[in-house]
Amino acid sequence: MSGPVQLEDQSKPHLPRGVRLKLDETRNEWMLLAPERVVKTDAIAVEILKRCDGVATLSEIVDDLAATFKADRAIIDRDVRAMLTELATKRMVDL
Amino acid sequence: MNAPVVPPKPAVAAPVGLLAELTHRCPLGCPYCSNPLEMDARADELDTETWLRVFSEAAAAGVLHAHLSGGEPAARHDLLEIVAHCYKVGLYTNLITSGIGLTPEKVKALADAGLDHVQLSIQDAEAKSADKIAGYEGAYAKKQIVAKAVTDNNLPLTVNAVIHRANVTRAGRMVELAVELGARRVEIAHAQYYGWGLVNRAALMPTRAQAEIAIAEVEALKGKYAGTIVIDHVIPDYHAKHPKACMGGWAKRTMNITPKGMALPCHASETIPNLEHWSVRDHSLMDIWSASPAFNAFRGTDWMKEPCRSCERKLIDYGGCRCQALALTGDATEADPVCHLSPHHDKIAAVTEMFADDNAPIPDYVYRRLKATAPVE
Ligand code: SF4
Ligand code: SF4
Repeated sequence: MSGPVQLEDQSKPHLPRGVRLKLDETRNEWMLLAPERVVKTDAIAVEILKRCDGVATLSEIVDDLAATFKADRAIIDRDVRAMLTELATKRMVDL
Repeated sequence: MNAPVVPPKPAVAAPVGLLAELTHRCPLGCPYCSNPLEMDARADELDTETWLRVFSEAAAAGVLHAHLSGGEPAARHDLLEIVAHCYKVGLYTNLITSGIGLTPEKVKALADAGLDHVQLSIQDAEAKSADKIAGYEGAYAKKQIVAKAVTDNNLPLTVNAVIHRANVTRAGRMVELAVELGARRVEIAHAQYYGWGLVNRAALMPTRAQAEIAIAEVEALKGKYAGTIVIDHVIPDYHAKHPKACMGGWAKRTMNITPKGMALPCHASETIPNLEHWSVRDHSLMDIWSASPAFNAFRGTDWMKEPCRSCERKLIDYGGCRCQALALTGDATEADPVCHLSPHHDKIAAVTEMFADDNAPIPDYVYRRLKATAPVE
């Protein structure tokens, strides 16, 4: 668990207890809530985070997103990795 | 930028956080406590029903984070009920605790009730010194047990450490201790000198060299522990050229409720004379947020004078800390004197001259006590 974050194809990302996605009805936005942090979450990020259930692997999540949104898998792969690496570094996602 | 167009006043944005000081009672006596010198007595505390209403109103008003603080929140017998209620109304619930008064059973019950996060204060990385700072023998050992209970229940743990003369040489060690305790986040905050911290300044202020070494040490650990622990580092103001935005802007993001129910835009705002604060006993939270004179006094930028009024940073730092402006200039509408543009900036230099300059023994603390006959300086 120490050192920089290592995101592998087989990683099973998930939100740890104390981090949750919430539809904020006052502001009409999805928010990722974490200890002392509130992160406004756009529609794409929400789609990614909803799939981080600790069961699906990173490559399965990317396959699913590419199929659902009929998008270039390589681009999705790059975006998902960038986002999850950043969140894992901030301890908002566990791998 | 300088077109003389006056935009319509925007509606007040909803609050994001609510800090509930459930009680001022606390078994510890930290000499830098951020509670006021005059604390609320138990008999004056809000009852359970009123707190539950406040949290319901907070959730409806758009608050996302509820911070349950004190004093020691576990001193309230209804803590579990309050946490369960916050969960029910959808608030993200953060317990800010000394750990004293919590047992592994109580931590489990709180976790089961839906608590989201625990912030545990630790006074030093060395037991004897930690207990002395807290004014409570055995506090350090009790906290280790609570930390374990928190992580055993899979709750995220933050360790809070306040840095001052007695522990300044162990700032980096505090980060390591937090990692060892399984914390996901650590807050290293240099002591601030108002309230009890001001009373104890001679005992708390490190030498400038000590402070600088500690700051560098903690900054260096950020890279080392990336992905293991989030380090939030609150360094003293005088290091900066510009002030920090107080509370993210006055009455812009958060509000505090005192044990007896006063709603404050900042925890020290009652030190500003002639500011009219409202109580949750008489007003709804939303009413207070949008209409209380204290919240509107320094909201936005209309209250500013020069140099803030025409400054391009005014929407970044909102002129800094109002309480510090008042304390150092006598006028709460001045720019925070931390700012290099402030005509009173020399007063900050005067403060840093009060640094301890040798290794003389640390004077005795005036411990924070509820019944303290407010210490006369
Ligand atoms: S002049 Fe005022 S607004 Fe500008 S940087 Fe200084 S404190 Fe901030
Ligand atoms: S005004 Fe100053 S004392 Fe008050 S909360 Fe802000 S920074 Fe703190």
